[in-house]
Amino acid sequence: QGKFTLLRDTRTDGSFLVHHFLSFYLRAGCKVCFVALLQSFSHYNTVAQKLGLSLTAAKERGQLVFLEGLKSCLDLFFGEQEEQSGPPSPLQFISESASNLKALFDFVRTSLTPADSDSWKGLVLLVDDLSVLLSLGATPVAVLDFIHYCRVTVCSQLKGNIVLLVHSNEDSEDEENELVGNSLCHDSDLILWVEGLATGFCKDVHGQIKIIRRMSLELTAEPDHIQIYQYKIQDRNVTFFARGLSAAVL
Amino acid sequence: IFTEEDTYGLYSNLLFKYFLAEGVVCGHHLFVASAEEHPDNILKELPAPLLDDSCRNELGEETTAVKSEDLEDSMKIAWRYQNLPKMEASPTTSTKFGHYYDVSKTMSPELFQPIKWHSFYLPEELSLQSKMKTCNMNGAYTRLLQSIQKIIYQEGFDGSDPQKKQKNILRIGIQSLGSMLWGDDICSSDAPEDIHSLTKFLYVLRGLLRKSLSACIITVPSHLIQNKAIMERVTNLSDIVVGLESFIGSERETNPLYKDYHGLVHVHQIPRLNSLICDVSDTKDLAFRLKRKLFTIERLHLPPDLSDTVSQASKQDLAESAKLLSSGCGAMAIGKKHLDF
Repeated sequence: QGKFTLLRDTRTDGSFLVHHFLSFYLRAGCKVCFVALLQSFSHYNTVAQKLGLSLTAAKERGQLVFLEGLKSCLDLFFGEQEEQSGPPSPLQFISESASNLKALFDFVRTSLTPADSDSWKGLVLLVDDLSVLLSLGATPVAVLDFIHYCRVTVCSQLKGNIVLLVHSNEDSEDEENELVGNSLCHDSDLILWVEGLATGFCKDVHGQIKIIRRMSLELTAEPDHIQIYQYKIQDRNVTFFARGLSAAVL
Repeated sequence: IFTEEDTYGLYSNLLFKYFLAEGVVCGHHLFVASAEEHPDNILKELPAPLLDDSCRNELGEETTAVKSEDLEDSMKIAWRYQNLPKMEASPTTSTKFGHYYDVSKTMSPELFQPIKWHSFYLPEELSLQSKMKTCNMNGAYTRLLQSIQKIIYQEGFDGSDPQKKQKNILRIGIQSLGSMLWGDDICSSDAPEDIHSLTKFLYVLRGLLRKSLSACIITVPSHLIQNKAIMERVTNLSDIVVGLESFIGSERETNPLYKDYHGLVHVHQIPRLNSLICDVSDTKDLAFRLKRKLFTIERLHLPPDLSDTVSQASKQDLAESAKLLSSGCGAMAIGKKHLDF
């Protein structure tokens, strides 16, 4: 409860973790607010079906609140000139010169604030992925503010969890992105860092995942607990194994 | 700077034309946008398809796979950097996919006649008025998006007209995006005025493509873009990213290892759509060459070393040695005598 998990990928694609967390929390009976900025709803739905879950059904029973970033952006861009009578678009910051993610935060807050009739086991905010916000014109400070507000509301007040995906690169020239990524690392309870292998491409081992439990944030002041595994992604599953012990080698 | 771009632009233009030519042969609709060359001219120079099966052995496949016929709303944004020329797919696969083209001939007008196509030529469009809100984006990009959206809506590619009996695909080609001709200064200055225009454009385009039956190829002169952060973001927002590195004018031109080829193909990203995994090929080292009639992409094959040192050139060493080559390291399994350890 109240945990902040950061998914970080370097030189590879960590989106399989997003799919995992989505189906994990939905199966656990939590209400999920999914801010999906990079892909369309049908993409996530197709993968979720392979993992044995239907996002459409989850949406219908109110368990999943899905913000399809691509669609919202289109509505904003090609929408009517007159002011709509409804609530402002969550991605309003794209068209405004002031880089303010308040509308997005309001959307998150409204989606996750429990109504009286709700009986969900928990609340989760899932974001895929945060780096897109920078591409769309938000400043790093605005993004960090947004996350901070979400954290206060979701983790502290509502005792929910947050899972975010950011990209990073070792030699990245994208300083804003690195700033956001590093800053979030310091505040996370759990970091799942997915990296491509340093030795290059391999057919049987797709990458390495570093699991960092931030014990140093707790009052006991122990050092961070780090575990490293390698993984291979299959069509419906991901297998993890200790380093150097891939099935292809044994 | 522009002269240089023309020289290098040779090959990427070729690939661009292949994409459009494939669209013509498959009966798709075309949308061509350019700021430099009038789309009419581009379309007049499409390569002629080779419909003769006997030529199959020597030909390769189209590199852009458009399987959108089966999926409801699949889209791909294929990026090509204009550093390098384009290549055709490798001849190692035996299944026939797409068509082959003869580079030395242009497509006959009869083949092109039944195709419905639309063009967007920036100098003409700029003279027209536009009533659209800009969302803080470059005016040229805004107009292009507006134009694409109009076509998608009017021609029913987004499924908005259920009476349309036959579904077709829109192939969009945008040339030299991000260059100065589009009014974007990311290619000319270190600290451009609006670094988000291109990425915002891509995001909206991605949304449009995801919502309709279309595929898009964009060529970008990435070697001119000073701010590398933009290229990283652009890569993030695209489905497929392919870089072409031509040997023209670089030190690799005289390197005997590369004498059979005109350049390298770097596949930076492949799509992971509707699935956890992506279709990763066995080899990542591809090179291309432009022969008189054909443009081929092959696995990088190092020629045998006939010097007095013992050496082997095998396909297994390929990936390893090519990686070493590209990283500039001298240590190699092949043991060429002029390389130091």
